[in-house]
Parts: sequence; structure tokens; C-alpha cells
Amino acid sequence: MTTWFKRLKEGLKKTSSRLSEGITTLITHRKLDDEMLEELEELLISSDLGVATARDLVQKLAKKRYNQNITPEEVREIFAEEIEILLNPCALPLTPKGASKPFVVLVLGVNGAGKTTTIGKLAKQWKDQGYQLSLVAGDTFRAAATEQLEIWAKRANVPLEVAPTKDAAGLVYDALQKAQTRGDDIVMIDTAGRLHNKTLLMEELKKIRRVIQKIDPTAPQATLLVLDATTGQNALTQVKVFQEAVDVSGLIVTKLDGTAKGGVLVAIAQQTGLPIHAIGVGEAIEDLHTFSAKDFAKNLMER
Amino acid sequence: MFDTLTGRLGSIIDRLKGRGALTEADVKAALREVRIALLEADVALPVVKDFIAQVQEKAIGQEVLHSISAGQLVVKIVHDALVEFLGQEVVDIELKASPPVVIMMVGLQGSGKTSMTAKLGNYLAKKQKQKVLLASLDIYRPAAREQLRTLGQQCHIETLPILAEEKPLAIAERALQMARLEGYDVLILDTAGRLHIDQDLMNEVVAVRNLAKPTETILVADAMTGQDAVVIAKEFNEKVGITSIALSRIDGDARGGAALSMRAVTGKPLKLLGTGEKPDQLELFHPDRIATRILGMGDVVSLVEKAMESVDQAEAEKLALQMQKGAFTFEAMESQLLQMNKMGGISSLMGMIPGINKFQDKITQAGVNDSFIQRQIAMIRSMTKQERKDARLINGSRKKRIAMGSGTSVQDVNKLLKQHRDMSDMMKRMQKLGKKGFLRQGLQGLMPHR
Ligand SMILES: Nc1nc2c(ncn2[C@@H]2O[C@H](COP(=O)(O)OP(=O)(O)O)[C@@H](O)[C@H]2O)c(=O)[nH]1
Ligand SMILES: Nc1nc2c(ncn2[C@@H]2O[C@H](COP(=O)(O)OP(=O)(O)O)[C@@H](O)[C@H]2O)c(=O)[nH]1
Ligand SMILES: [Mg+2]
Ligand SMILES: [Mg+2]
Repeated sequence: MTTWFKRLKEGLKKTSSRLSEGITTLITHRKLDDEMLEELEELLISSDLGVATARDLVQKLAKKRYNQNITPEEVREIFAEEIEILLNPCALPLTPKGASKPFVVLVLGVNGAGKTTTIGKLAKQWKDQGYQLSLVAGDTFRAAATEQLEIWAKRANVPLEVAPTKDAAGLVYDALQKAQTRGDDIVMIDTAGRLHNKTLLMEELKKIRRVIQKIDPTAPQATLLVLDATTGQNALTQVKVFQEAVDVSGLIVTKLDGTAKGGVLVAIAQQTGLPIHAIGVGEAIEDLHTFSAKDFAKNLMER
Repeated sequence: MFDTLTGRLGSIIDRLKGRGALTEADVKAALREVRIALLEADVALPVVKDFIAQVQEKAIGQEVLHSISAGQLVVKIVHDALVEFLGQEVVDIELKASPPVVIMMVGLQGSGKTSMTAKLGNYLAKKQKQKVLLASLDIYRPAAREQLRTLGQQCHIETLPILAEEKPLAIAERALQMARLEGYDVLILDTAGRLHIDQDLMNEVVAVRNLAKPTETILVADAMTGQDAVVIAKEFNEKVGITSIALSRIDGDARGGAALSMRAVTGKPLKLLGTGEKPDQLELFHPDRIATRILGMGDVVSLVEKAMESVDQAEAEKLALQMQKGAFTFEAMESQLLQMNKMGGISSLMGMIPGINKFQDKITQAGVNDSFIQRQIAMIRSMTKQERKDARLINGSRKKRIAMGSGTSVQDVNKLLKQHRDMSDMMKRMQKLGKKGFLRQGLQGLMPHR
């Protein structure tokens, strides 16, 4: 079995991580003094970990090795360990099984994060596992969003409910009723991308949630926020605002096949403890993998 | 995010008050915070380092003037340097070439290329009266070409008819042909999203570039992009050769440090800003706006300028002289309050002072607002001459009288007395610093419970 980490490494052979490079340049058998700690902190920040998390990690390193000689490998190892410890409780795969049927999955996030693509990938995985599922084209706003999901539905070979009008909430209501009648195991709802600072759009999202709960008060069983790994510190705000608005239950991080390593996730894990279910590592249907704290930490630190 | 920076800058101001000219130590202390703040705004580390070095050189030795603090001066210097770094003037889209002028959009997946294609097309057609053709070369993302067609229809701009099974290079060729034959002024090529490390896809876009010879190759990036922005911009610039940068989603609340990173690493101008999902939500780049945003603060610069304009110098000097002679009287306090009113009142000042949000709760709790300042002035005016000179005279019955006379309560009078005490204490410390120090301290001294 090739882990996604191996896959990543293959793709990234030529681009060793800046963080790792930075650590090597910084330390060649030097004593771990204050100046070095400060520079390490900056290096961590420059991998999108944010100031608070970077400070925290550096302090942990200092506690272990202050004023001792240290090699770049050791620094990387200690950081990777600490990050893994931080992320481990969050590494929870999503199992689409609940007390009632269907298991409703609401997918949300800012524009272009990878919601529609991720739905296509997840649909394929669950379909292959033998679940009966349907998709709902809840993005009634973006040009050709429905057509895009239609193609994904075809690729995954699952049915899709589309809206006759622009009314996303109305569509969701009808689609859920139909899914219940059919006895679907899973229903996945795509939504329009929205920036979390747009009050009206966030209200619309709350409305969709209320409509879902009219049909099943325990639904949605999963409310997934999709984050783009290229995003910097704003991802933290995104998580907090979406969480407050619609009670996000877990995260999926996309585009980890690029050179951005999603460092902000460490800060998010530290501050919210939200489960991280899966990561996207490409545009193809099979490019969705279970999140592994160890691999993620290694990928952040590895050369 | 926002709070941390303003808080930080606030603490710079606290730390650096009351110095004549900015010393190297002052500047270094302040810039250490600015450095962290820029990193938090997603400006990439190498760019931050470079920038800070430049600012440091500029700031050391600058005179601190009037009623602004040393910290505020540093902030202004940082802001101005940021504007300079971002490119001072607005650079328009280059259209000087024989038609059809080709513009190509490139960038990562989901960065906003297709939307920006429609927006720019719309702008050039409506504002510059160009005949525009749009063509999508994105054969990878499902329904990407349909997306551009729909957007084109929304703003009545022609799009290249879609043929299934056509490769990007062939599409580009057909687009060029149609543009030439049908007399279009501008052809905008929307391309598929690609990672800069995807060799095949990078080669593909280079081939399109070689064929279409675009006048502008615009890198479209998300305003929320993190530290990787430097790598993205550098790679696209080296491999494809970009001419300018467009930033999408600045309608979000990201601080947009990526703009600075990309500008610094490529030297290419930022030209366009996406401010929403609709085709008309486009703005030309404004360095000032982005600089303020990256610093994530109220407009300190205008505070500094305003302060320089409206503080009555003679009045301030008279006060300073009085101060050196003796105690801080209520007359002095009244004069300060009046000055504050002149500068637009507390509510207008609040928005402009970085770090003020640190005190926001306390200030609100303390009931400090414009009407509170008016009431304070009224209370001072209800005092006798002796009372104004010597606060110790004000006992219980005098408090009642002052409250009655000014239409306030004894509690209010107590608050005023407490504030006066706090300010006197501070003024005593200030005396050591002399006149200059006091002038700078004027406004800050009004902040309660520090
Ligand atoms: N490289 C890469 N691209 C991705 C990934 N996930 C999504 N994308 C691309 O990102 C773009 C936006 O994705 P989409 O699903 O339409 O985002 P949405 O607006 O959130 O629905 C598309 O071009 C996708 O192909 C990923 O994991 N890696
Ligand atoms: N709020 C906002 N959304 C934008 C902006 N520009 C693009 N989008 C949205 O971001 C998503 C991806 O944009 P698109 O143009 O398809 O990106 P592409 O994959 O690079 O072509 C879509 O949902 C757009 O509506 C912007 O400036 N503001
Ligand atoms: Mg979508
Ligand atoms: Mg596109």
C-alpha cells in the first residue's frame, strides 16, 4: 500500500520544504540559544503555523533541549513529534453510519476551496463501499456549478438532485424527502462557496440547516468544512466563524499536492480540536485520503 | 487576527512614548513587533526580513513631532514604506499592441481565474469600449468552459464556442483565429488551474504562451493565500513569465499579505482586485488600501496627519509651561478635552488609534464617549476657580453642587476626579521629559485606567 505521503514525496522530489531547508541552514551543530529559538519560531510561522502555535512548539523544544547542542535532524524530529501529538486526537476518519437514515452530509466552505470536487471523490469511495447514496446540487449560485457536480455524479455513478429554481433550501428539502422514500444510506449536499464574513450568505446557510432539521432533527449527521491548504492564517477565522454559524463537525483539507503544506491546520487543531477527516491530493477522483497525523507532521518537516 | 496586530502596535506605542528622536533601540523594538504582525498577515518570511531592514534604515533618527507618539510615527513610516513596496501608482492593463491584444490568466486551481476573466472582459468592454472575446482553455475541471460561457452571457460578452475533445493549444489557436477574423480588440484566454510543480501542465501553458504571445499574462491569486505565495509567484514568473498580478476575494477578511510577497518576489505590479463573485465586482489595485489592510489597523496615518493639523500649538505650549511650573489643573484638563473635540471627538479618534481595542471594553464600561467628554467639560465649568486649581478642595457637598450645576451625578464627578488624579500622576512622570514629552503625551493621557 502506498501511503499518500509517499505519493506526495514522489511529486515533490525537487521541491524540498522551505521549513526543512531553513532548519538546516539555521543549525549546523549549534547550541539551542534564544536567538536560534527566535529564528526557529519564524521558520514555523513561515509554514503557516501562526505565531501562537509556533511559540508553543518552540517552547516545547526549548524545554527539552535548551542550551544543548542540537542537529537539524533532531529539531525536525522533535517538531514532527510534537505536531503529531497535537494532531493525533483530530485524525478521525468519517464513517457514514448513524442511528437514522439517511446519513446527511452538508459540505461547506469558502469559494473555490474544493467542495464540489471533494463530494465527487467521497461519493465514489462510499459508492464503492456499497452504500446507496445521492448528491444534491445545492450551489445554485455559481455559473455551471450544477453541470460540474453532474459530471462528478456520473463519474461516481450516483444520482443527483438538481434545483428547478435558484432556491437552495427548497431543493434540499425536496431532495431529502425523496432520499428518505428511496431509503438512501447517505445524502451529500453541495453548497455555494461563501466567505464567512458575509452575513447574508451565512444566514442562508443556517436556513439550509434548519430545513434539513425539519426533516430529521438529528441531521445533518456531518457538517464538513472544506479548507484549501494554500490558505494562510485566515483559515483559522474561517473555521471559527463557520463553526459558530452551523456547528461544523469536521474538516477536509484540499490541495495538499501543492507546495503549501497546510501548516495552519496545526493551529486549527490546537484551538478547535475539530476532527480532520480527509485530505485532497489531486484533482482525480481517487485523490482523497484519510488524514494521518504522522504523515502530515512528517510532510511539514521532511526535506 | 485583526486584534493581535492592533494590540501589538498599541504596545509599541506604549513602550516608545516620550522620546525626542527615534533611536536605534526604539526602532528595533517596534519593528520586532511589526515583523511578527506582518508574518501573521501572511507576508512571507524572506519578504518580511527584507522589508524590515529597509524600514529600519528609514526610521532611525526621525524626529517625533507634535502630539503623536514615537510608536505612531513608526507605524506611519511602516505604512508609507509598505505603500512604496506595493508600487505607488495604479498601473492600467496594457493594451498597447496590435489587435487582437491577447491577455492570459494563469494560477492555481480555484484561485479565481475564470471569474477574473469575465470581470476583466466586462471592464474592458464597458469602461474602455473594447470589443472583447473570452476563451476558456480549461478542459480539465468539469464544466469549466460552460462556467465561462455563462459568465460571458451574464455580461453580454462573446465567448469562443465550445468544441468537445479539443486540446488547449488548439483552442487557443481557434480563439486567435476568430479574434482576428471577426475584428476583436482584445482576446482573454482563461486557462486551467495548475500547480507550479506540475511539469506537464506548466509546459502546456508555456506552449500556449508561445503561440498566443500575450501582452499581459496575469497571475490570479487568492487574497487568503498563505506563506506559499512567494513560491507560487516565483515559479509562475520563472516558468511562464507573468506581467502583472490580480488578487481575488479581497471581499473576505484575510489581511492579504500575499500581495506584498508576490509583488516583492516578482517585481510585477498588482493591477486588479476581485471584490465579489459577480462580473462587475472588480477594482483597480490601490496600494494604499492594501497597505492599510495588511497592517490591519485603523488609519493611523490620517490620525498622525490630523493631529499635526488641529492641535493648537500655542495652546499646547502654554499648557506645557504651566505644567512645568506646578500641578496639573482642571483648566489644563479642560483644554485637553477641548483639543480632543477639535480632532473629531473620541469616537473618531477611537477608530484611528491602533491598540485602542485593548481598552475598548474598559472604555465602554467606564462610559467614555463623546457625550462623556462633553459632560466632563461641563463639570469642570461648574467648578469654582479655586476648585479648578486644587482638586483637594472638592469634598462631598462640593461634588453635589458640581453635579447639579453640570447636570451630571456625583458618580460622574468621582470618575472625573479619578481620571484627573491618574492624569496628574502621569504628568508628574512626564515632567522629567520636559515640554516635548508632554506635547506628545497629550492625547494618550486621556485614556482611563491604564
Ligand atoms: N490540485 C488539487 N486541486 C484540487 C483539489 N481539490 C479540488 N481541486 C481543484 O480546485 C478547483 C476548485 O474546486 P471545486 O471543487 O470546484 O471548489 P468549490 O468551489 O469549493 O466547489 C478545481 O479546479 C478543482 O479541480 C486537490 O486536492 N488538489
Ligand atoms: N467572494 C468572491 N468570490 C470569488 C471572487 N473571485 C472568484 N470567486 C469565486 O471563487 C470560486 C472559484 O472561482 P473561479 O473563477 O472558478 O476560479 P478558477 O478555478 O481559478 O477559475 C467561484 O465560486 C467564484 O465565484 C471574488 O473576488 N470574491
Ligand atoms: Mg462548488
Ligand atoms: Mg476556471
